[in-house]
Amino acid sequence: MVENRTLGDRLVNALFYLFLTLVGLLCLLPIVHILAVSLSSKSASSGNMVSLWPIDFTLASYYTVMSSTAFVRAIGVSVVRVLLGTGLNLALIILCAYPLSRTAKEFKGRNVFMWLFVFAMLFNGGLIPWYLNCLDLGLRDNIWALVLPGVVQIWSILLTMNFFRELPRELDEAAIIDGATHWDLLFRIYLPMSLPVLATVILFAMVGHWNAWFDGMVLINNSALVPLQTYMRRIVILGDTVSMLSRFDASLEEMLNFSDRSLKAAQIFIATLPILVTYPFLQRYFIHGIRLGAIKG
Amino acid sequence: MTLRTHARPAMLPKKPFWQSLALDRTWPLYAMLLPGLLALYLFSYKPLYGLVIAFQDYQPVNGFANSPWVGWANFEDLFSREEFPLLLRNTVVIALGKIVMTQLAALSFALALNEVRNQLFKRSIQTVAYMPHFLSWIILGGVFIDLLSQGGAVNSIIKSFGMQPVTFLAEPDLFPGLLISTHAWKEFGWSAIIFLAALTNVDPQLHEAAAIDGAGRWQRIWHISLPAIVPIIILVAALSLGNVLDAGFEQILVLYNPLLRDSGDVIATYVYRAGLERAQFSLATAVGLFQSVISLVLIITSRWMAERFAKYQIF
Repeated sequence: MVENRTLGDRLVNALFYLFLTLVGLLCLLPIVHILAVSLSSKSASSGNMVSLWPIDFTLASYYTVMSSTAFVRAIGVSVVRVLLGTGLNLALIILCAYPLSRTAKEFKGRNVFMWLFVFAMLFNGGLIPWYLNCLDLGLRDNIWALVLPGVVQIWSILLTMNFFRELPRELDEAAIIDGATHWDLLFRIYLPMSLPVLATVILFAMVGHWNAWFDGMVLINNSALVPLQTYMRRIVILGDTVSMLSRFDASLEEMLNFSDRSLKAAQIFIATLPILVTYPFLQRYFIHGIRLGAIKG
Repeated sequence: MTLRTHARPAMLPKKPFWQSLALDRTWPLYAMLLPGLLALYLFSYKPLYGLVIAFQDYQPVNGFANSPWVGWANFEDLFSREEFPLLLRNTVVIALGKIVMTQLAALSFALALNEVRNQLFKRSIQTVAYMPHFLSWIILGGVFIDLLSQGGAVNSIIKSFGMQPVTFLAEPDLFPGLLISTHAWKEFGWSAIIFLAALTNVDPQLHEAAAIDGAGRWQRIWHISLPAIVPIIILVAALSLGNVLDAGFEQILVLYNPLLRDSGDVIATYVYRAGLERAQFSLATAVGLFQSVISLVLIITSRWMAERFAKYQIF
């Protein structure tokens, strides 16, 4: 659009690039610092010598962390939770969004159902009724406790419903004349055209399950079923190094070769990695999805 | 759409209700919605029944059915507690601080990004700025606790300027500011998406015409870009009203320690500690209900305002 010709204008332009570069660094540097600490030796990281580049480069912290059965098992629980949880979330999102995207004339009762969903999004009983309800349904110390309480993702249902409503109606009229049922319409016409919104809601569901920790903290006692982020809360936030020592297979002597800081940093980085490698590839989809949900509504 | 009811014998002049449903054609719609409605009942509506314990002296052994009713006693107890005004104040101060700081940062970021022409640079900065939104407070808590510790990176910088190190996570006065700024750091990029979307809709010819008339860069931002997104700013501000009791439960639970009780305890963390740590179920439910009802009123008001002032329609 507008060319920058004068010196002053170029200076202002450079100022914007500088400002945005600083903002970008501000977001990136904490993670780079953690990565550098995780790759540094004990003496360097406990002596606070590490800034943004590893000192005495070593992968020792990663070997130690990955040889901890508790840590690896927690990753396993999180992976199962992400796959199972996202699958169920997605099934319900699709199955709810399609009927709700019909008009009230076509689908009698649509508006009543809609309000049931919307009201549930605006009002909830709060933590204690949620907790007692989970116990009442037997959702304690099993994988379903991590998956079922959040199985209906209302916001994603509304997002997908809005996307379906934007698709041209001529398509289903033509299909109905050809004798297609609603099942055909949903699975053969709507879903293949809905990749952007499906990618968006899948990303949100996966990130949500990977990052969740509170449910694991209050609903899971069995240490074999603790998901990664809940496990990390004990280790990284509460600094429960005694339990960490007893859980690691490494001997005490081996353990002392590594500073706490490097170990914690390695665990933080491992827990971050799946997100860092996933979301940039889905970015173009979710930007579109968010705009649609936020502005068009 | 055609209703294929002609095959049925017409029993009455007016079609009965079940026939108006045209189930031969629409039954898949009801079948599709059924699992979702069932889950919605189990996990959204069934828990509401548990709100009765806010009006009981609930003991787990007695259950909902046999716990004695106490009317509004739990609420009277709550409102007369000396920590209640503090909780309310902390909640609103932290939540409002977060809204204002995050949205201002997002707005400046979006306006600056809109001035940049290099698409690769633009996209890279966006990717980096959205990243913190996707990280959990456990991970970021670990990062910030490390950065802000006595020997952490932030104190190393402070010491290199010859100043005294600060015990960030033990100073009640610093805690609200810490919560607000780390939240803004996490969410400003994500919050900027809506502003960026609005800015891309501005007609480039407006900028060109203004430049020909001699308007400088700052003038164009002030007189073209900013007015173009004022409706979105009003919309965001109106919708934010629904969040003024949302101080960020997970973030506080992660960064909190007993030294920070006076400035860091908010309604949501109080519910958690009273209910799940001290087993005062009735009191905690009353506190939660108080928050839910006020939030509902605020959200409805904010949607109404958004609809009225920014022509925003969500459903």
